Amino acid sequence: MDSELILRDVYFGYDSQWCLKGINFELKKGEIVGIIGPNGSGKSTLLKIMDGLLKIQKGEIFLCNKSLSRHRRSDIARRIAMVPQEETFRFSFLVSEVVLMGRFSHLGLFPFEGKEDLEIANQSMRLTGTLNLATRSIHELSGGEKQRVLIARALTQRAQIILLDEPTSFLDIRHKAEIFELISYLTLTQGLSVIIVSHDISLAAQYCHRMLLLNKGDVYKIGEPAEVITADNISRVYQCPVLVDNNPITKTPRITILSKRKRRKKEKA
Amino acid sequence: MKGNEEQIHTTRKRERYRQGITPLKVLYTGLILTGMLVFIALISLSVGPAKISLKDILAWLIGYQSIDQTSWMILFKIRLPRIILAGLVGFTLSLGGVVFQALLRNPLAEPFILGISSGAAVGAIIGIFFGYGFTFGVPLLSFMGALFTVLLVMSISSRHGGLESSTLLLTGVIINAFFTAVIMFFVTTTSDSRLHSMLFWLYGDLSQSKYVQLSISLPFILIVSGVIYLFSRHLNLIVGGEESALQMGVEVELLKWISFLGISLIIGIAVSFSGIIGFVGLIVPHLMRMILGSDHRMLIPASSLGGAVFLIAADTLARTIISPSELPVGVITAFLGAPFFIYLLKSRGSQWTQS
Repeated sequence: MDSELILRDVYFGYDSQWCLKGINFELKKGEIVGIIGPNGSGKSTLLKIMDGLLKIQKGEIFLCNKSLSRHRRSDIARRIAMVPQEETFRFSFLVSEVVLMGRFSHLGLFPFEGKEDLEIANQSMRLTGTLNLATRSIHELSGGEKQRVLIARALTQRAQIILLDEPTSFLDIRHKAEIFELISYLTLTQGLSVIIVSHDISLAAQYCHRMLLLNKGDVYKIGEPAEVITADNISRVYQCPVLVDNNPITKTPRITILSKRKRRKKEKA
Repeated sequence: MKGNEEQIHTTRKRERYRQGITPLKVLYTGLILTGMLVFIALISLSVGPAKISLKDILAWLIGYQSIDQTSWMILFKIRLPRIILAGLVGFTLSLGGVVFQALLRNPLAEPFILGISSGAAVGAIIGIFFGYGFTFGVPLLSFMGALFTVLLVMSISSRHGGLESSTLLLTGVIINAFFTAVIMFFVTTTSDSRLHSMLFWLYGDLSQSKYVQLSISLPFILIVSGVIYLFSRHLNLIVGGEESALQMGVEVELLKWISFLGISLIIGIAVSFSGIIGFVGLIVPHLMRMILGSDHRMLIPASSLGGAVFLIAADTLARTIISPSELPVGVITAFLGAPFFIYLLKSRGSQWTQS
């Protein structure tokens, strides 16, 4: 069985108002899945219930053929790592210290890291290109650097599944591209499975094997980027007129937002 | 420009020392601080209205010279228990400061500022008012007062998942105002003869120390600080947020409950023996963090021992500065602590309040 994480008819909500309604999903080994959808459609919530951070009300989630709720927190941490959108450290930690925090679930009662842990942290920093930042304080880093450090920490967890919650939302285009390149490289070389929530639909379409379009807590469409990202689907779910064509180089779908005023002018002419 | 480069160079050097906490580094730091503790204790032993020089004490310690009966009484019946109590209380308050700063993700958190010390004091005063004994009843009520306040603070903070500085300070101010009113109520309704000692006690009074108190508090303090130390890595992770700690495998709820119970217990005991002593849990952890970094595996032992050193020094000052009469030690810590607090708030406040 090569499904890593299975969601069966999952419901989640507060006060009998469902944020997620009957989600079915399987994450396969080695794939990158992009979750897209408008604000408030439940993307981050979906990611959090996959990691067991929020408890579902109905349905079932299986991680390694065992119900997620029956895993201990440290067991989940060894299998799933999450990269948050942003993380604020109120006290100054060094980058190397932050990355080593990823070893938490692998250590026993003795509260110090061994040689092997340092080696793994070093390797994660090398993979993410953060080794030269190791002795800097986390507070001194730019948004892109910080995000790479958080990814390094997730790698240090040595989990098979990595969940990323809008990792690129505060980054410029170069750093956005770098993050996606890194994720794609890691899935290829480390055999990881990745789920990434993103607002960069065109960019995600270039890297994701499958995409999941959420609409008000429902899966509107799931499949290959070309099946999901159609002008019809996107315009309807986002309630915003878009043009979808193919990127001439990668042949993946890309979207262009159509501004209303210019469109009107053209119609008049 | 050159000065700048030099500065960068020295910061790098300091960071290299901080990089990677090993058991050996913690041990060395612990030994250095224990050395300081012994040193300050010896100084404090030799200071007081009765002149007993440090040389005489050292000579007696190595068996070179005997010591007369009165000096022996002063040293071991009056000064030593007071020094040990100061050490234990400083240890506890500083440990409490570190743990609350991590759990609330706010560097201004401290048992006194949060109102936990006042909560414990209310418990203790109720105990004294109803005539419970100082060995068991009063510390127990004091613990309950502390725990109640901790739960109150946490319930306010939990909604936001971390406490903004302004919310934290307002919460503390309100809690302190309320408890001060309760304390004043009990103090004014009690008989006059006990009034003076109670008021003194409110500002931190270590003069009533007895060995029996020390033997009650020591095992609790040792057990609680040992347990907290096992959770030092958990505290590191919780600084990045509860959700991220949970994600990395920390049983956040368990950690919080163990910390609340443990810290309330030892702060309750400390307050019932020493009264309200503020700012120790603010000054010492910050100094240690500046020197040694934020890793709790280093920070917890360093701050606890540093707190002991600090309070012994402050108490020595308190009992000698206007000799032959004495100041409450809380006056000294507030004199030092309040300006330090304002400095922290002004220089780093904005950085800490950002979310």
